[in-house]
Amino acid sequence: MTRLIGILVGLFFTVAVLWAFVTGAANYIAEPPAATAEHEFHRHPKELHLSSDGPFGTFDKQQLQRGFQVYKEVCSACHSLNHVAFRDLAALGYSEPEVKAIAAGFQVPGVDPNTGEETLRPGTPTDYFPKPYPNDIAARAANNNAVPPDLSLMAKARHNGPAYIYSLLTGFQDQPAELLKEFPEAKTPTGLHYNPYFANLNLAMAPPLTTTDQVSYGDGTKATVDQMAQDVSAFLLWTAEPKLEKRRQTGWPVLGFLLFATVLAYLAKQQVWADKKGKKG
Amino acid sequence: MSFPWANEYTPSHPVMKWVDEKLPLPRFVYNAVGAGYPVPRNLNYFWNFGVLAGFCLVLQIVTGVILAMHYAPNALVAFDSTEHIMRDVNWGWMLRYAHANGASAFFVVVYLHIFRGFFFGSYKAPREMIWLLGVVIFLLMMATAFMGYVLPWGQMSFWGAKVITGLFGAIPVIGEPLQIWLLGGYAPDNASLNRFFSLHFLLPFVIAAVVILHIWALHIPGSSNPTGVEVKTESDTVPFHPYYTAKDGFGLGVFLILYCAMLFFLPNALGHPDNYIPANPMSTPAHIVPEWYFWPFYAILRAFTADFLFFPAKLMGVLAMFSAILVWFFLPWLDNSPVRSGHFRPLFRKFFYVLMLDVLVLGYCGGAPAAEPYVMISQIATAYYFLHFLVILPIVSSIEKPEPLPYSITEAVLGSDDKAALKPAS
Repeated sequence: MTRLIGILVGLFFTVAVLWAFVTGAANYIAEPPAATAEHEFHRHPKELHLSSDGPFGTFDKQQLQRGFQVYKEVCSACHSLNHVAFRDLAALGYSEPEVKAIAAGFQVPGVDPNTGEETLRPGTPTDYFPKPYPNDIAARAANNNAVPPDLSLMAKARHNGPAYIYSLLTGFQDQPAELLKEFPEAKTPTGLHYNPYFANLNLAMAPPLTTTDQVSYGDGTKATVDQMAQDVSAFLLWTAEPKLEKRRQTGWPVLGFLLFATVLAYLAKQQVWADKKGKKG
Repeated sequence: MSFPWANEYTPSHPVMKWVDEKLPLPRFVYNAVGAGYPVPRNLNYFWNFGVLAGFCLVLQIVTGVILAMHYAPNALVAFDSTEHIMRDVNWGWMLRYAHANGASAFFVVVYLHIFRGFFFGSYKAPREMIWLLGVVIFLLMMATAFMGYVLPWGQMSFWGAKVITGLFGAIPVIGEPLQIWLLGGYAPDNASLNRFFSLHFLLPFVIAAVVILHIWALHIPGSSNPTGVEVKTESDTVPFHPYYTAKDGFGLGVFLILYCAMLFFLPNALGHPDNYIPANPMSTPAHIVPEWYFWPFYAILRAFTADFLFFPAKLMGVLAMFSAILVWFFLPWLDNSPVRSGHFRPLFRKFFYVLMLDVLVLGYCGGAPAAEPYVMISQIATAYYFLHFLVILPIVSSIEKPEPLPYSITEAVLGSDDKAALKPAS
């Protein structure tokens, strides 16, 4: 009886899903899905090699400092870095007085100790990076109705994050002629900027890195657009995964120990089973 | 409850004697997972996954309880508190990655445990109750994992919660009020997050309780084995300890190596990048996908794209998705072949491998965007899934001619069994 009901229920679901298949296939043949500009012209990120790549990789602190400089002088005008505190910058190789000086260079929200009024004061190492806009409405108003996203986790919030950031920053270009020929309605609207590495090809952000030496690096590295884009990608990988080095440094001894313990466990198992071995293990 | 030749617990130390008289807990442990539990001597490595699943449950409870000390289940700060754990809590990054990857590891071992059961007919009499309790555990795990994924309150958390609770909205008449009642609002918000946190903390302990019943039920007939032939004599078994504690110890080592490799070197490989974007009710992600362990069932849900008879497509999808798991409850009665092990069932074995492939295809389609060709492929795969359990298994078990079974486990292992001489001529 169970099996009879089972067979009927099974056939019910099978027929229903095959009916969906037939309907779907008929629709597909009648109206094949139209190609879209996003599908045809969107590109995967370019290759980016960082010193932190691979299971043994570590951050290049010099590069992180340069990337921080790019963030501070360019990106921070519009993008927040909510999850990073000034004290965290010590990990980039800055000394304590340097961290204090960096923090003091930012104005953060505070409270006047005499009047209790909200005011601005110089930052201290325990403060977090201040937001460029008081709220999303202000951010939208200043950026053609788009909110510049927080950058703390950007390198983990996109597939292949650091390479994506690098590609996006260096990928602004004119719309290809063949795109306009094939999809005339996909012309980049006024106020947006064409970039094949962006999911829907047009983003509100204007190219932020445009000229060599837009930022003056203190370590003598030539600040080409490509170099600045690489540096800020490396920096944002650090802001997204500050424990990356510690994680790998912990992982190796853990794996080493487990390998050793597992070999011992295997030998113990062999010894315990020695008197029970049959014709097959 | 056990075999007559099981070792008896005989405490020698006076303190242990005293404890045994007042509360025979050591005796209980000895009989459950010690030298007092005789186990078939021929278990292969597929029998390691029960112990590994138990380990994963403990791992999730320990890491989860500590994470709960630092996490704040409030929609305003949940995302930030997760980042606080990742950045400021000592070893917080390791706890969170251990917990997130621990969920994946738990599902890996449980899926292997379930497919072990499918192949070796572990669900058959007299072990139906073990199987039924196992399916209950799996359902509880799915609910727990789903609610856990909501807690970081990222984009996939929010939209996953919206889609999954939206499934209840497909139920006729009561669907919409039910959905609002489940969420505590019209969309996932603070009320939903709070109750999901509360239940996510509670359910693992319910799972632990059902696990105890699962093991209790196991100890009545004793463990199954790769031949599917029941234990006949003492020479068919070995005591659980030290034989299987040693074997499980080695298995645990191999498991931990793979798990820690993920945890320390690819901690985000199984997650979705969108969950590092804070939840935003105003912005729908391009592709809403659940965690990988739900993909096969998600593919079944999405395969029903057309209304059928009186059933709207959405309702069919929801019914099918739940039925895909509920059908496992009836497995002991759908498959009535007297032979348990797939090793001796040539026809069943072929269909079993097709099912394995089918579930992998469903999984792949469930993780892919809801576009062609994935939808059509998942429709064919869904059809096979239901045919396999509800049509093919009952028919195969009736028409199949099984291969000859060994007389006993001892004969299967050693090639001969002294007692086999006594077996009646067939």
